[in-house]
Amino acid sequence: MRETVAALIRKDLQLERRSFESVPAMLMFSISTFVLFHFGLDRGSLAGDLAAGVLWVTLLLAAVLGMNRLFVAEREQGGFDGFLMAPVDRTALFVAKAAVLFGFLVAVELVAVPAFVVLLLEPGIGQALPELLAVLVLADAGIAVVGTLIGALGVQTRARDLIIPVIALPLLVPVVIAAAEATAPLLAAGGAGDFPVRWLGVLALYDAVFGLLAYAVFDFLLEE
Amino acid sequence: MATAATTAGSAPAVALEGVGRAYGERVALREISFTLPAGATVAVFGANGAGKTTLLRILAGLLRPHAGRATVLGAELPREAYRSRGRTGLLAHEPLLYRDLTVRENLRFHARLHGVGGGRVEALCEQVGLAGRADDPVRTLSRGMTQRAAICRAVLHAPELLLLDEPFANLDPGGAAAVAPLIGRGSGPARVLISHDAEQGLAEADWVLGLRGGRQALWAAAADVALPDVRGLYV
Repeated sequence: MRETVAALIRKDLQLERRSFESVPAMLMFSISTFVLFHFGLDRGSLAGDLAAGVLWVTLLLAAVLGMNRLFVAEREQGGFDGFLMAPVDRTALFVAKAAVLFGFLVAVELVAVPAFVVLLLEPGIGQALPELLAVLVLADAGIAVVGTLIGALGVQTRARDLIIPVIALPLLVPVVIAAAEATAPLLAAGGAGDFPVRWLGVLALYDAVFGLLAYAVFDFLLEE
Repeated sequence: MATAATTAGSAPAVALEGVGRAYGERVALREISFTLPAGATVAVFGANGAGKTTLLRILAGLLRPHAGRATVLGAELPREAYRSRGRTGLLAHEPLLYRDLTVRENLRFHARLHGVGGGRVEALCEQVGLAGRADDPVRTLSRGMTQRAAICRAVLHAPELLLLDEPFANLDPGGAAAVAPLIGRGSGPARVLISHDAEQGLAEADWVLGLRGGRQALWAAAADVALPDVRGLYV
């Protein structure tokens, strides 16, 4: 399966490099939203719960853009048919797509999170980089798993742009809650507070549960 | 059930018994039954909407039959579809190629999925006259060139059964000659060939299947079928 996953990831990265459909859109959305919050909240800077909420809601909505595009080439250019006729483990498509969405999220965050710090965060906070990285990785994994599952479901429908956010956002509420709770102390005014490790545990549990669920049902989603 | 004589000792490439398929309320295929021996070719004729593409997608394992029994290369569909995967090649209306990838990238991607080496990709590109365009994105190719690339994709893994939907469409005489050894008569695999060109279809086929309104209107040896019989399917 490793070779199949590698071939699928490589193909998706080649497509993204040629078309620039997902990552630039997700990035532009994130930065535009930070700018909107900057002016809309009418505050010079944010900290704590509010900052964490703004960061995670923005990243989640940007991720939805990536979910919407994740299977479009497979659907519109016959990728599903070509893949389904190949003698490969169909779960490889789930693993590859989740890895690609995770990679897109990381690529977006490499620019969006520094932009968030510059545009919205109070000076002098946001120093707890290792802890924030742990939250980002676990939350991204959950978003990638659920996003891949819902992306595969939604792309089969005519109203995919509507269906995907409508289903994905409620499913991802626990990720936003856990990620925001874990991030808020890191962005607290006056220096980082205690890191709530238990919220990392919640994220890890969410990732494991939905990872197993998606692994189990993805094959059926590919059936007509 | 209409049955063609099966080559002694070899399983039929396709065996259908009363196969039907519906899309919601609309019945696209009804009671289709025939047996195609290994290595033989059946030409499928029928007007638009007669069920030809549905039949091809069922044989490819991409659609489930809703009625009857379908066996492809000894694998009963859909229960044993995994056994026929990688042994059939589909040339559909759509080329099943990523438009933003080059011809070579597309073919190498499919080669990896089928466990085929890169040398086969280069040899096929050379054979169909695509070597000079192999690094061009598919979206920049003409229809004929795209068709050549799609044919390379369909035969990349040397399938035992080829499912061909108007394979010579968009090809100039040179292109048709270049792809003939891959998908034409004598290329090796059993073939299910959809064609609207009655003369060419009959020339390519051992058997003829005629569809009208999703029903099997004709099954006969190609030698016993006259052009007016085929043209009658379109009336």
